[in-house]
Amino acid sequence: MSEAREQILGAIRRALGRGAADEARRTAIADRLARHEHNLIPARTQGLDPAGQVALFVQMAEEAQATVARVAGAADVPAAVAEYLSQRNLPSRLVMAPDPALDGIPWSERPLLEIRRGRAEDADQVGVTACFAGIAETGTLMLISGPHSPTRNNFLPDTHVVVMRGAQVVASYEDGWTRLRAAMGEKGMPRTVNLITGPSRTGDIEQRIELGAHGPRRLHIVLIDDEARP
Amino acid sequence: MQPTSHSFKENARQALGDANLQKALKLMQSGFPARRAASIARLPEFDALRDQGKAIKDHVLENLDVYLETFEKNVVAQGGEVHWCRTPQEAREAVLAICRRLGAKTVTKGKTMIAEEIALNDYLEANGVTPVETDLGEYIIQIRREYPSHIIAPALHLVKEQVAESFRATHKGLDAKRALEDAPTLVAEARSILRQKFLAADIGLTGANFCVAETGSTLIVTNEGNGDLTQTLPKAHIVLASIEKLTPTLEDVSTILRLLTRSATGQEFSAYTTVSTGPRRADDTDGPQEYHVVFLDNGRSAMLGTEFQDMLRCIRCGACMNHCPVYATVGGHAYGWVYPGPMGAVLTPTLVGIDEAGHLPNASTFCGRCESVCPMKIPLPQMMRHWREREFAQKRSPAAYRYGLAFWAFFARRPALYRLAIGLAARILGSIGGPRGRFRSLPLAGGWTQGRDLPAPEGRTFMSLWAARRKRISP
Repeated sequence: MSEAREQILGAIRRALGRGAADEARRTAIADRLARHEHNLIPARTQGLDPAGQVALFVQMAEEAQATVARVAGAADVPAAVAEYLSQRNLPSRLVMAPDPALDGIPWSERPLLEIRRGRAEDADQVGVTACFAGIAETGTLMLISGPHSPTRNNFLPDTHVVVMRGAQVVASYEDGWTRLRAAMGEKGMPRTVNLITGPSRTGDIEQRIELGAHGPRRLHIVLIDDEARP
Repeated sequence: MQPTSHSFKENARQALGDANLQKALKLMQSGFPARRAASIARLPEFDALRDQGKAIKDHVLENLDVYLETFEKNVVAQGGEVHWCRTPQEAREAVLAICRRLGAKTVTKGKTMIAEEIALNDYLEANGVTPVETDLGEYIIQIRREYPSHIIAPALHLVKEQVAESFRATHKGLDAKRALEDAPTLVAEARSILRQKFLAADIGLTGANFCVAETGSTLIVTNEGNGDLTQTLPKAHIVLASIEKLTPTLEDVSTILRLLTRSATGQEFSAYTTVSTGPRRADDTDGPQEYHVVFLDNGRSAMLGTEFQDMLRCIRCGACMNHCPVYATVGGHAYGWVYPGPMGAVLTPTLVGIDEAGHLPNASTFCGRCESVCPMKIPLPQMMRHWREREFAQKRSPAAYRYGLAFWAFFARRPALYRLAIGLAARILGSIGGPRGRFRSLPLAGGWTQGRDLPAPEGRTFMSLWAARRKRISP
């Protein structure tokens, strides 16, 4: 234990007018941390059915300058991606995260899409990833790092295409954390959780918002509407 | 950096004559407050959330030792390391020691006010490590060798022509004749220059908006994506955080995040909100191999249990300065240190001393807008008043001010005498003021009459009018 550590903790306790926290205080705090109690959650997401949540998610994501294409099934995804890229004159060569969530999509039906699976590099102009969840409240994507979802793929390419399902949309950040804890179980938090709302931007020059500061200039969400929700 | 808060008055005078600064400040006044108001209008729960946010932070401060220990335990459990630093010097050394051990030549940096507070860049440079600011605003002021004038918009004091000039002077390898008039071109140039820096960096250093005790995570709120490239690509991620950043759970963080982005930029949510926990996992294919949290106290523990404890709730949104008439007139650099505006007027004296920063809590009209917009309900004017009282009690305020105040206090403690004297003064001034009803100049009132006339008192005092009125209403 470093001397600085003991001094800082000691100074805090003195300032608070007590010694080291007693057992009751420690237990109360441990309990508070374990409960994950929700504070007030804004009414805008409460009482929405799944379709309503997806509609709000799309509306808020578009407000944050993301673009959204809704498709009926996984089979429609390659065409939607190809169409998005060609409409904007973007290259059809893309780097795709090695995420199993993207495996069931018939990419080979679009042979003009030149796909490399793996980690994004500086030269990659277009990246495709999956995501962990979508948060309706503010149109926010939740992406987590893992062996099949390198974080750099969310930031290096100029254009970030995210493929997701309607069933991944939850109402609030709190619902997102609940899902994350359930999915991770014993492993605890992933190294990185990225909450992404629209493309990269800056207001640092005369407070005018410019897109594409360091991360992607474009964020495109392909949302599959095909799953029945619990 | 060496504070210049002691010369606030001179700094302010210069600021008033700086045409570029005045133009930039005009842009701020039309931007931030309107965006904040629009986003809050869409969230009817905003005020209720403020109460909850305040309660969360108050609870943490009352139990700060327990939360710090819990956080540390969870960082270590995930393979990270926590460094405890009492002073800026200890924090600088902790960062340098990691750089040395890893043989680091360059460190990319996300925006962190703590790094500004401890003047990290100068120290690293002096020790052979090159710091590269990657937030666009921070990058601009780094190449200009300035310090931030705003806590969330560091280059707010500049207009784009000044940025273009600095880019031309710094990016020497590029075509000297290139066009650089507009913001998109400037942003694109910075992007391509800094992309190479991200890829080459040995260490990435960020701040933390929150340290989450439950998980041992740190969290940053950004818009550019620079903080993410900074912490993802190099071999180590160092987080610089002050000890009051602790927050219990991700749920508590979510509540405060709803307040932070709206108060800061008026966004519903920032483009990137990133939670970082430990180094990369064994099967991850990217991410840092080391994760360090460098905790800085620097006088904060001494604020607990004092009349300044509430200041430790501050989440650094910048709303107080965005709404401050003094900040809007003189800008951030006049305050002479890294924290400007109302929050700086309270915090700077605690961190650099009241001798240096005594002017700051006095540079306020006490209009109260800062407190009314503060998402954490920090009573900023009241704390500025505490500083003024301390200054007075320690006999640090200027003699003329002290004698004037003592003179006034003599009468104020004797109401009958006060009323008599004020009544007399009003009558005399009223008759001298004569038909014009105002003074162009008056002894002891030069500070006022330099810029405008002083209205002459008319007729009777408020107290005597009040007494007469009450008599009329209830005879």
